[in-house]
Amino acid sequence: MWNKHKIFEKHSWLLSIAILVVVAIGGIVEIAPLFYLKSTIEKVEGMRPYTPLELAGREIYIREGCYVCHSQMVRPLRDEVERYGHYSLAAESMYDHPFQWGSKRTGPDLARLGGKYSDEWHVQHMTDPRSVVPESVMPPYAFLDRPLRLEPIKAYMTANTLVGVPYSQEMRDNYKADIIAQANPDEGDVSAFLSRYPGANARVFDGNAREITEMDAIIAYMQMLGTLVNFEVYEGEAEEHLR
Amino acid sequence: MTTPKTNKQDVDKVTGVETTGHEWDGIKELNNPLPRWWLNVFYACIVGSVIYWVLMPAWPGLPGIGGYTKGTLGFSDRANVSKDIAQLQAERAPLAAKLSGADLNTVEQDPELMQYAFAAGEAAFKDNCATCHGAGGQGVKGYPSLADDVWLWGGTLTDIRHTLEVGIRADHDETRYSQMPAFGRDGILSAQEISDVTDYVLNFSGNSDAGAEALSRGQEIYAVNCVSCHGDAGLGDRTQGAPNLADAEWVYGGSKAEVMTSISRGPFGVMPAWAGRLDSSTLDALAVYVHSRGGGE
Repeated sequence: MWNKHKIFEKHSWLLSIAILVVVAIGGIVEIAPLFYLKSTIEKVEGMRPYTPLELAGREIYIREGCYVCHSQMVRPLRDEVERYGHYSLAAESMYDHPFQWGSKRTGPDLARLGGKYSDEWHVQHMTDPRSVVPESVMPPYAFLDRPLRLEPIKAYMTANTLVGVPYSQEMRDNYKADIIAQANPDEGDVSAFLSRYPGANARVFDGNAREITEMDAIIAYMQMLGTLVNFEVYEGEAEEHLR
Repeated sequence: MTTPKTNKQDVDKVTGVETTGHEWDGIKELNNPLPRWWLNVFYACIVGSVIYWVLMPAWPGLPGIGGYTKGTLGFSDRANVSKDIAQLQAERAPLAAKLSGADLNTVEQDPELMQYAFAAGEAAFKDNCATCHGAGGQGVKGYPSLADDVWLWGGTLTDIRHTLEVGIRADHDETRYSQMPAFGRDGILSAQEISDVTDYVLNFSGNSDAGAEALSRGQEIYAVNCVSCHGDAGLGDRTQGAPNLADAEWVYGGSKAEVMTSISRGPFGVMPAWAGRLDSSTLDALAVYVHSRGGGE
């Protein structure tokens, strides 16, 4: 036995390959089941890809580092459920690339933020957080009232499509029309937009109908967080959902 | 097997440690085995992990079979949190049931019930309401104070409970709704007319120094545009959330410039409907808490 081991000790290439094989076995055992097990890829009704405007808002969320202070993950613990609402499901992050679970809460968790406050509050809070929450330590994001650049959003959608988000060709082609319809329903074709993204909010998010701003995008994103799954009909107690 | 046997006799002179017997070009290898206690901990961990596999959810199923080993304890985070919450609700149930539909007198005369409503209401208020209305319910510009006795949609316990439930201009079928026109932005009134009617409005509370001429011009404009909601004397109308213009409280500010801005843009304050987010007993408690902040009716 020790003599056979000599072969590895004397041939560094062979040793490297053998190390790779051993580590790969460990990796495969841990990772491969995630791709075929039903319990890890729970299907939940209501999940849809982000609308182009929400996706742009998500990119702003990532760009500004919101995840550094805000988590998006209600853990299955009594106190968290009491405060924030239903615990997060894995499926709720299924179109997140990368997911925004976060690891630190300087600010509150945002996983169930959608619909909790009015659009107007969000604008005011982004512009000057301390004007509404005096004890807040959040930096102001007043500069988000600048116009939203639409061109990169198609690239975001393409990138997301490549990693498995089911954006159809039609969705990608109509990204501009969908952004306009969602952020300014009077100017766009809302019914076509809603046929592509059922149940999405369409309204002037930042109170300024004259242009589509980054503020529109981030608030559209904030207002849909955690609202896609209807927890009145979701059966968390069902056998296939227990884990 | 030609593994060199350990030569017990061969002890390194410098360190006093015996060698393994391996020798390369005169260099010998000292035999320093891992400490026994360390090895024992290591073996105990291996045994412990096997016990864990048996008790707790551990191994994924094979491809095609799926599932996972659930463990003999039947541990599940989701089942546990449901149990914890059910237990919490059961603890609160007697008082929550008592509070549900109770009228103000009943609540006020039952110290235990009052204490429950305050504790539950305060917890919910801090997370959900204080963000707009302030930690003490004092309000900020655009978000009405709950600490005074001025109410836009009614200040009785039932009114407050209903407002909480359906929201104001919110995404709810029965939401409280009204809309003031944006007189300036939509070109209904000219800037001069807005200035005149503002003087007239401020005069309700004696805060206008405009001359009689401007006031009479303002009165005409007020009679045509404002009277149907805010009333002849500017006392407002709670059935449509039209604020009282004759008192000292202003949601959007009471300076002339601020009132002109309000008339020009038509405020459209939104309060979310809490029916879907907070459960019924939390709303009961919140209503009592809000009612108690200032001048509940």
